[in-house]
Amino acid sequence: MVTNASTTAGTRKITIEPVTRVEGHGKVTLHLDEKNNVSQARLHIVEFRGFERFIQGRPYWEVPVIVQRLCGICPVSHHLAAAKAMDRIVGGENLTPTAEKMRRLMHYGQMFQSHALHFFHLVSPDLLFGFDADPAVRNVIGVAAKFPDLAVQGVMMRKFGQEIIKATAGKKIHGTGAIPGGVNKNLSVQERDFFLKDMEQMLAWARSALSIAKDYTAEHLAELKDFGSFESNHLSLVRKDGAMDLYHGVLRAVDAKGERVLNDVDYQEYAKHIAEEVRDWSYMKFPFMKSVGPEKGWYRVGPLARLNTADFIDTPEAEAARKEFKAVTGGKPNNITMAYHWARMIECLHSAEKINDLLHDKDLQGTDLVTKGERREEAVGLIEAPRGTLFHHYRVNKQDQVTMANLIVSTTNNNEPMNRAVQKVAQDCISGKPEVTEGLLNRIEVAIRAYDPCLSCATHAMGRMPLDVEIHDCEGKVVDRRQRD
Amino acid sequence: MSATFTFTIDGKEIKGQPGQTIMEAAEAAGVYIPRLCYSKDLRPHGSCRVCTCMVNGRPQAACTQPAAEGMVVENNTDELQAIRRDLVEMLFVEGNHFCPFCEKSGNCELQAMAYRLGITAPKFPYLWPDRSVDASHPEVFIDRNRCILCGRCVNASKDADGKNVFQFVGRGEHKRVAVNAEANLADTDLKGTDRAVAVCPVGAILVKHKGYATPVGRRSYDQKPIGSEIESKRK
Repeated sequence: MVTNASTTAGTRKITIEPVTRVEGHGKVTLHLDEKNNVSQARLHIVEFRGFERFIQGRPYWEVPVIVQRLCGICPVSHHLAAAKAMDRIVGGENLTPTAEKMRRLMHYGQMFQSHALHFFHLVSPDLLFGFDADPAVRNVIGVAAKFPDLAVQGVMMRKFGQEIIKATAGKKIHGTGAIPGGVNKNLSVQERDFFLKDMEQMLAWARSALSIAKDYTAEHLAELKDFGSFESNHLSLVRKDGAMDLYHGVLRAVDAKGERVLNDVDYQEYAKHIAEEVRDWSYMKFPFMKSVGPEKGWYRVGPLARLNTADFIDTPEAEAARKEFKAVTGGKPNNITMAYHWARMIECLHSAEKINDLLHDKDLQGTDLVTKGERREEAVGLIEAPRGTLFHHYRVNKQDQVTMANLIVSTTNNNEPMNRAVQKVAQDCISGKPEVTEGLLNRIEVAIRAYDPCLSCATHAMGRMPLDVEIHDCEGKVVDRRQRD
Repeated sequence: MSATFTFTIDGKEIKGQPGQTIMEAAEAAGVYIPRLCYSKDLRPHGSCRVCTCMVNGRPQAACTQPAAEGMVVENNTDELQAIRRDLVEMLFVEGNHFCPFCEKSGNCELQAMAYRLGITAPKFPYLWPDRSVDASHPEVFIDRNRCILCGRCVNASKDADGKNVFQFVGRGEHKRVAVNAEANLADTDLKGTDRAVAVCPVGAILVKHKGYATPVGRRSYDQKPIGSEIESKRK
């Protein structure tokens, strides 16, 4: 689609709605002045969810099953974050080995399938065909037609991860595996063997996907270096020894130079360190670190942030890949937005290695599934979801009912960074151009897609998406409109 | 002891014992008549009407109607199944039933009945009633959003537990299960092990802290539809 920005008067407003090939529904508005310079660029999230309110009054053991309904793509993240909080409510946070490893297997299965889905189906059209390619080809169907092997790999990797989720949670989507203080099943030998037969293939495909992401980034580094990029803080959980840990750990944040801003703090006290700012033009809040303030305290989460915060990765192939990744920036934090894809595929390989390790661990066949201890009335559960750090915070009364819930989802953490990326691309690629082409507008979406945002957590669409771009004059009158159904 | 007698259900000859209802005789013969309020070992309530059969050409509740020599009973007909679907659909829209997160899912007789009858989505408008929960009791949680007014808890508390904890109050759409106390369930002598708790067919009366302990795949109706256990007795 091409927009011809012929106007009759003054400033203009361009709306990209919906943003395509991302999870959920969002829109971008660009305000252009008389000389076509971008005066304002914003990503609007038009989602609204009432979970924090309507789980009030429900019994606490329902929460991990209810809140995962926020999302159909990574419900495991919400399921596990809520379960981790409820572990503490029942005093069962020191899980049995079987319970913790079953949950980790569930989580790595999710990470593997989510990263594969994003890379192969949502992002690969941009990387394989170019940002300016015909949108009729630049989609998953185009990938399937020209690169059928890659399309199949994406499907099969996603299937493998989904089957792992089913074996650990009971269902591929919205299971019940994690319960307060543990899990409700172990992994049978038959289930284990079902996965082991495909494990080598999955590792091989994860290596291959990593190579594609790495080679693409290396080959295009000159142009990607500044594309939607900016300096920022980076935040994630890390294991106490500094290793990347996607399931549990302490909160660490570093600034753009690598200096610690949050030094491995206990996430039960996240509210001492993190606050959320409300802005009148968005339904989504803007989190920031209190010690730095709202102006400069915002941070990125997700694969790029995790590669920047962790000291090392505890699986050999992903660790070797991490070292290559770090070498690009001389060991300092990587602030290149498009490097998210490379980081994501390192995590995909890491998840495959972790799954392989766990499948060879006999603890998964253990029968000690649940533990309990002293009851608490308030707890926080954090996890590294595919898209970044996910916060769940609950209070539960003596009658077992939830009285307060606060969720900060990964995409909310990345709200400010995504807006910065949109502003950067708009300034660099669109500002001052006489004509705003579809390819230029797609660059804005490319920058957003790097964050793998889950905008409404409940809708999921991919491939050839409807796109509606309107150009308004300074009085708000629509002067041009192009649609793709 | 009086001699057995015979009658037919859908043309199949059934042997009945004196004093048996149609439901009891059918069950003994391995014939499943759909039901919701009926529970073996409790007095039949006859309120849900899901077990309605045509008995000698007239509609009767199989759980309350005594079987008799020569009766001609129609059970599994298209017309009766359509009526049963409507009855079950009405139960869904009259309450607030959210199967996706209800811990009774997979063990719920209402949900299992809907699956057995082939209900995918109700055709009636949802009423979204405003109903209360009672979390006061240390062992038992009441969620009236899911109550289908089957009366099992009322009967079981009185007859099996000898306590009279539950009773119906109100009429029509205002009818609900109340507890026999000044205020809340915690003020009664109910125990989590009481029969009145165990007999609830839906997720309205729940033993606390149990939640989703049974994994998906091992719940009552994950593998076979409701009624299979009766039909498996058929010779």
